[in-house]
Amino acid sequence: MGVGIEVINLNAWYGTNHTLQDINLNIPANHATALIGPSGCGKSTFVRCINRMHETNPIGRVTGTVRIGDLDIYKDAKPVQIRRRVGMVFQRPNPFPTMSIYDNVAAGLKLNGYSNRRALDEIVERSLKNSALWDEVKDDLKKKSGASLSGGQQQRLCIARALAVDPEVLLMDEPASALDPVSTSKIEDLIFQLKSQYTIVIVTHNMQQAARVAEKTGFFLNGRMVEFDSTHKIFTNPSDKRTEDYITGRFG
Amino acid sequence: MRTISDGLVTSLAILATLVVIAPLVAIFIYLLYMGTSSLNLAFFTQIPKPVGESGGGMANAILGSGILLCVASVIGVPIGIGGGIFLAEFGRGSKLAFAIRFTADVLNGVPSIVMGLAAYALIVAPKIPFLPFTGHFSAFSGGVALGFMMIPTVCRTTEEMLLMVPHAVREAALGLGVPNWRSVLSITVKTASPGIITGCMLAFARVAGETAPLIFTALGNQFWSTNLNQPIAALPLQIYVYALSPYDDWHRLAWAGSLVLIVLIVLAVSLVRFVTSRGVLKGAS
Repeated sequence: MGVGIEVINLNAWYGTNHTLQDINLNIPANHATALIGPSGCGKSTFVRCINRMHETNPIGRVTGTVRIGDLDIYKDAKPVQIRRRVGMVFQRPNPFPTMSIYDNVAAGLKLNGYSNRRALDEIVERSLKNSALWDEVKDDLKKKSGASLSGGQQQRLCIARALAVDPEVLLMDEPASALDPVSTSKIEDLIFQLKSQYTIVIVTHNMQQAARVAEKTGFFLNGRMVEFDSTHKIFTNPSDKRTEDYITGRFG
Repeated sequence: MRTISDGLVTSLAILATLVVIAPLVAIFIYLLYMGTSSLNLAFFTQIPKPVGESGGGMANAILGSGILLCVASVIGVPIGIGGGIFLAEFGRGSKLAFAIRFTADVLNGVPSIVMGLAAYALIVAPKIPFLPFTGHFSAFSGGVALGFMMIPTVCRTTEEMLLMVPHAVREAALGLGVPNWRSVLSITVKTASPGIITGCMLAFARVAGETAPLIFTALGNQFWSTNLNQPIAALPLQIYVYALSPYDDWHRLAWAGSLVLIVLIVLAVSLVRFVTSRGVLKGAS
């Protein structure tokens, strides 16, 4: 089951560049939350702070508090523990090129020392079914490389790989921006199904996509969160002038 | 106009390709011409005959080269790959990495005869306490000299191949909660492995033909020997000795030895390629 995320006074830097400033928000459990905003507004940095990926950049720095469920992730846990609870799907599909489809999905478990074969088989099947890829690949799980799939399939493979470690939160950083419309709609259907089991945070440039999949939407601008509310309110009756300008296409 | 320049560039490229291939083909044909006449079963099964007797072969030198290259690879490949992993993954931007990279580049340019002399001065001439095989000419010291010649090539190719692995692949591993060291060994190195293997094979092929480092270390041997503690024969050494001799019979054996050396290197490289490529899945290049 998913858990809620509470963010208090989050600040992040790239070198001297203050990319996130005093972010405060509560992301509800078992819902999809969309983050929108123009390029460079800090929304990607924000999701990378939720699984402590931001600090893997040598010049990245973070202050503030992020709570996932009851866990204060910057105080009480190591980065690798957090990343097992918070899965991430990246903008460009990034399957492990030398691994089969099966090994790609099992990678997170295998590399953390999990080796029960029968259980792995089950988890791989369940994850691929959850990511709506099972029917397309079940016959060549171990024969084909992850890199031999189409772009849309690769992205669903990456989602299966993230689901296999059984996270509570799923972060998606523009998961469909490199895909064609058919693949995009498959990913959106998937998000719709997955949010009953996981807390989903999706960064997107596509406002229709945010409107279609998310209950809550946050609007980021220049490293600050301008507005966070129900998706319906953001898109029909935003409280902030800047949100309205962005939604209506006046900039960005 | 466009067709003319297109044709010009294409023919220049073809010409350049021919210039690259021609010497290789010429050498190989000449070797075949000079070497095949002395190639017979005895060449592969017998040891050299004493001066004055005709016939004999280089079986001991073929075996000796194999042993020397095994010792060299056991030393050169792990150290080289380990150094390359450090340079690309852990020491990026550090002073130590800079020093290692600089040393590797200099070591790569050191003439092979100097490597042989260094090995002689460090482990052949002095007997080092508790270290076996030292204090005299030995197969081991020859292997060490060749192994150290492999290190810089293996190290720098490994580094470059690892740096070519896309950042997205590393992020994917980190995003799964895989510890960094595990991600480096199981994901990054595995992804770069075809290139790393090529680097190892290049280094292997390069030292397989080296004569100079062996003169002061493995020394050469006219008899069967598989003992790491004793001087050992090697194909390049044997070719060197036979080619400089005043006997026609030995000259022919030297040609045959050169041919066998080249064929064996090609076979070894192809074998490793074949074995390692079977595990890698299609479409994964």
